[in-house]
Amino acid sequence: MNEITLISVISLGSLGAIAAVVLYMVAQKFKVIEDPRIDVVSDLLPGANCGGCGYAGCRALAEEIVKKESMDGMNCPPGGNEAMKEIASALGLETTEQDPTIAVVRCSGSKEHAPPKVQYEGAMTCAFSHSLFAGEGGCPHGCLGCGDCVESCDFDAIYMDETTGLPIVKDNCVSCGACVTACPRNIIEIRKRGKKDRRIFVSCINQEKGGIARKNCKVACIGCGKCVKECKFDAIVFENNLAYIDYNKCTLCRKCPPVCPTNAIHELNFPPKKNRPAAKTETTNA
Amino acid sequence: MSLLTVSGSPHVYTDQSVSKIMYGVLLSLIPAALVSFYFFGVAAILVTLTAVVSCMFFEFIMQKYLIKGPVTIFDGSAIITGVLLAFIVPANLPLWMVVIGSLVAIGMGKMTFGGLGKNIFNPALVGRVFLMISFPVEMNIYPKPTAFSTQLTDIVSGPTPLAVVKEGVAQGEKVPDMLPQVPEYVNMLMGNLGGSIGEVSAIAIILGGIYMLMRKIITWEIPTAFIGSVFIFAGILWMIDPLTYVDPFFHLVTGGLMIGAIYMATDMVTSPMSRWGMIVYGVGCGFLTIVIRIFGAYPEGVAFAILIMNAFVPLINRGFTPKRFGEEVKNG
Amino acid sequence: MKTFKLGGVHPPENKISKQAAIQELPVPETVSIPISQHLGVPANPVVKKGDTVKTGQLIAKGEAFISANIHASVSGTVQKVDNVPDTSGYRRKAIIIKTEGDQWEEGIDQSKDLIKECGLSAEEIVKKINEKGIVGMGGATFPSHVKLMVPQGGKAEYLIINGVECEPYLTSDHRLMLEKAEEILTGIRIQMKALHVEKAIIGIENNKPDAIAHIRKLLPDYPGVSVQPLEVKYPQGAEKQLIKALINREVPSGKLPIEVGCVVHNVGTAYAVYEAVQKNKPLIERVVTITGKSLKQPSNFLTRIGTPVSTLIEAAGGMPEDTGKVVNGGPMMGKALSNLESPVTKGTSGVLLFSKQESHRKVVHNCIRCSRCTGICPMGLEPYLLALLADHHRYEDCEDNHIMDCMECGSCLYICPSGRPLLDHIRNGKAETGKMIRSRSQ
Repeated sequence: MNEITLISVISLGSLGAIAAVVLYMVAQKFKVIEDPRIDVVSDLLPGANCGGCGYAGCRALAEEIVKKESMDGMNCPPGGNEAMKEIASALGLETTEQDPTIAVVRCSGSKEHAPPKVQYEGAMTCAFSHSLFAGEGGCPHGCLGCGDCVESCDFDAIYMDETTGLPIVKDNCVSCGACVTACPRNIIEIRKRGKKDRRIFVSCINQEKGGIARKNCKVACIGCGKCVKECKFDAIVFENNLAYIDYNKCTLCRKCPPVCPTNAIHELNFPPKKNRPAAKTETTNA
Repeated sequence: MSLLTVSGSPHVYTDQSVSKIMYGVLLSLIPAALVSFYFFGVAAILVTLTAVVSCMFFEFIMQKYLIKGPVTIFDGSAIITGVLLAFIVPANLPLWMVVIGSLVAIGMGKMTFGGLGKNIFNPALVGRVFLMISFPVEMNIYPKPTAFSTQLTDIVSGPTPLAVVKEGVAQGEKVPDMLPQVPEYVNMLMGNLGGSIGEVSAIAIILGGIYMLMRKIITWEIPTAFIGSVFIFAGILWMIDPLTYVDPFFHLVTGGLMIGAIYMATDMVTSPMSRWGMIVYGVGCGFLTIVIRIFGAYPEGVAFAILIMNAFVPLINRGFTPKRFGEEVKNG
Repeated sequence: MKTFKLGGVHPPENKISKQAAIQELPVPETVSIPISQHLGVPANPVVKKGDTVKTGQLIAKGEAFISANIHASVSGTVQKVDNVPDTSGYRRKAIIIKTEGDQWEEGIDQSKDLIKECGLSAEEIVKKINEKGIVGMGGATFPSHVKLMVPQGGKAEYLIINGVECEPYLTSDHRLMLEKAEEILTGIRIQMKALHVEKAIIGIENNKPDAIAHIRKLLPDYPGVSVQPLEVKYPQGAEKQLIKALINREVPSGKLPIEVGCVVHNVGTAYAVYEAVQKNKPLIERVVTITGKSLKQPSNFLTRIGTPVSTLIEAAGGMPEDTGKVVNGGPMMGKALSNLESPVTKGTSGVLLFSKQESHRKVVHNCIRCSRCTGICPMGLEPYLLALLADHHRYEDCEDNHIMDCMECGSCLYICPSGRPLLDHIRNGKAETGKMIRSRSQ
C-alpha cells in the first residue's frame, strides 16, 4: 500500500515538474510583450463591447488610444465623459468634453396617425419588409414597426410601444448607435441630450411633397417652411421638402413647435406651456 | 372592407402542418398498439394511457408555468412521446414509474432544450434509458404474452430472447443449444415473444412504417440503413463463428430494433437533414446496436445506439451537406 | 418523361383560366408606364409633359448595355413624368399618358397576317429586338438583345424555349401557344438565326397536352425546332432547371446558361420577337392572366403596358367581396400588391386574387427539422440553416453555405409544415451577403 502511494506521488510529482518546466519555457519563447497601459485603459472602460466608439469592442479602443497616445475624436458613449476623463488622467492625455447624446426616433407615424392601408405578414424583420414594400401606413420613409432596433439594442434601452407601433427610447440609452445601423430607413438619429434632457427635433424624415406626405400620415413634415422662418438662430435647415433642426445651433427656445401645422416638431421633457395644450409635450420616461 | 395582405412570395402553402405529421405518426402506430393490447391485455392499455396523459400533463405544466409560452399539448408531439415511451417499457411496469419516465422524457428530454424541435435526444428514449438505469429490476422483467390477458398482477414473466442468448453465451453455451428456448422466428415476427409493449410485433411496426413512407412522413434512408447494417454486421459475426454468434435474422425480429429503426431513429427532430447524413446515421445506429448487443453489458442496445447517434447529428449535418446544383459539373 | 432531378415541389395547379381564349382589353383612359420595367439600368425619358405621342412611339431610351427601350402603349398626351407608387408602394419614375384615340406610329404592321420569311441578318435582328424594347416575358424581364449576343469565347448550341409555365394558376403562355403557335415558331426561327444555332427545343409540361399536340403538328415547317414534353414539377421554368431537364446539362453555380451552350427564352418572348422583327411592333402589350377562385370571369387579356391592375380586375368581373390578397405574377414568385392602381408592366404574366382564407400564412411553429426544405430545394441548399444564419446576421456563414445560389423560387416556404418564413430571411440574407461581397471586391 505504502509503496503504491509512494510511486504515484513520485511519478505524478515528476510529471507535474516536467510539465511546469516545459510550460515555462514555451511561455518565455512565445511571450507577447504588450503595453501594460492597454490593460489599465481597458479596465477603465465599461466593458460593454457595444461598438459605439467605432472600434471592435472595448479592448480595440484601448489599444488604439495607447497606440496613438491621443484621444482625439475618441469617445466611449456608455462610459461618457467620466470614463474618458479617468483614462486621460491615467495616461496623462488631454480629452475634450463631449455633450452627452441619445438616440432619437424621428417618426410619429403611429397606427393612429398613419392608418394601415395593407396588412403585412411574414418574418418580423424591418430589413425584409423594407425591401418588400413601403410599409403598412404607406409612407416609404416611415417606421415599419418590426423592431429591428429593439433587437439590436444591447442595453434594453428601446422598446416597442404596443398601441402606436413605434419604438420608444428609454433614458438609459447610451447612444452606442446600434439601432441607427439596424434601422433600414435611417429613422433613428443620435442627437445631443440637451440640458435637463430637453430636446426639440423634427419627428419625420419623409422627403415627399407635402400633399403626398400628408395623405399617408397626418403628422408628416409637409415642407411648408414655417419653422425655418420662425427660427432666429438659423438652426433649421430645409432640404428636399424636409425641415431638420441642427442640435448644435438650437437653443431650445421653443418657438418652432407651435408654428408647425402638422405637429411634426416634437419637444421632450419641457414643462407644459400655459397657453398650449399639454398633449403635445411628451416624456421619454415611459 | 378589410385590408389586403402583403407578404413575400410564395403565396400558396402546403396543407401539411406539424400536427398533421404528428397525428399521421399516431395513426401509423395503431397496428402495433392493437397487437400489443392483444398480447399484453389491459396492463398494456393502462401503461400507454398513463404515459400519454402524464406526458401531456407535464408538457402543459411546463409550458404554462415554467416557460410561460403558448401551450401546444394538442399538436400531437407530446402524445407521440407518451405512446412511444409506453411502447418501449414492459407491460407490467408499475404505473408510478411510467409517470416518472414521462416526466423525464418531457422535462429532461424535451422542455429543457426549449420544446418541440429543439431537443437533441429523442425524448421517449431519454425517458426509457432513465428508467432502465434507475429501476433495472422492474425494467428487465418482461411478461410472457398471453392472448387477451386481463390480469394485472402475478403475470407469468420471463427474459426476452435477447437476454436468453446473452446469458447463455456468457455461460459458455453454444447458440444452437439455446435456440429451442426462444420462440420460433415466425412467432417472433408476429409479436408472440417477451418484450416491451409495442416493440414485439415486427410486422405491425413495418406496416406502420409503410404507411408513414406513403404519407412521406419518414423517408426510406434511415430505417433501411439501420436495419440493413444490423443485418450485415450480425451476418459477418455469424459467418465468423455460428456457435458463439446468433444468426442475423434473430437480431432483426427481436428486441426494439424495428420500433427503434422505424419510429425512434426517424424522429425528425433528432435525425440528420441530408440523404447521405441519414444513411451514415442509420449505419452508425446499426453498428452500435450490434456492438452493444453482442459485446456490451446490456442484452439490448437499440436505445443507447440511437441516443449516441443523436449526439452526433449536428456533426453529421455539417459533414454531409446535400449535393448542390451545379456544384461539380459532369456534362456529356 | 423528362424532368430535373434535384428537389422540386408539386403545388396544386389551379389553372382555372386555361379555357379562356385571349381577349383584347379595351385601351385604358390613362396609362402609367414605369421607366424601369426590366432588369438593369432604367431607361431615360425622351418625352416631356404636354408632348403628343402615338402608339408605339419611343418614350424612354435604354442607353446602358443592360437596359431596354420603352414605347408608348397608347396615343395621347403626356400628362406628366413623375414619381408614382409602384407595386410595392415605393414611388418610382413613370410616364403618364392620357389616351386620345388610338393612333399608331407609322411603319407598324397592325394586320394579323402571318409573315414567315425573315430576310434580315443576325446583327439586324438583334438591333431590331434592341430597338423595340423586347425583354424576357417570363417574369425576370432581362433585356432580350443582351441574351442574343453571345459573349466572347462562348458558343451557343441550343436555343431553349420555355413553354413550361410551371407557376400554378398562370395560363398566359399556354393560351399563347395555342392561339399564336405559328408566330411563336417563326419567332423561334428568327432567334435561331440571330444566335446561329441549329437546334431549338421547346419544353412544355405535360399538363398542357393540347399545346404540345398543336405545336407538334406545325413542326415540319420549322426545321431544327422540336418539342419536349416534361413532367409537371415546380420550378421547371427556372433556366437552370429547364436546361437540366431538357438536355441534362448542369449550369455551374454562379454562371450563366451560355456556359453550357444554351440560351433560354420564353415563348412570350418568342412571340414578341416575331412581332418586333416581322411586324415592326414594339413591346407595348402582353397577355396577362387574371384569375382567382372567386373571380367571376378568370380570363387571359391582351393588355397594353401601363394599364392599372384595377382596370383588369374590373374587366374580369370586378373584385370579389372576400379578396384578401392581390398578387402580380404567379403564386410562387409573384409580388403581393399594396396598391391596386399600379400598372401592368412588361413582366406581368398574371394577376391573382386570393380570398381572405387563402391569403394568410400559416401559424409559425418551431422548426421540427423535418428536412423537407432540404429535400425539395432545387439548388440543393439547406434553407432551414440559411434562414437561421440570416436571422442571426451571420452573413459570412451564409456565404459559406452558398446563399447566393438561391433563386428565391419559394419551394422551401411552400413546403414548410411549421409555416416558417424561410424565404423572407433568406432574401434578406442574400441582399446583405451580396452587399458584403461587393464591398469586399472594392
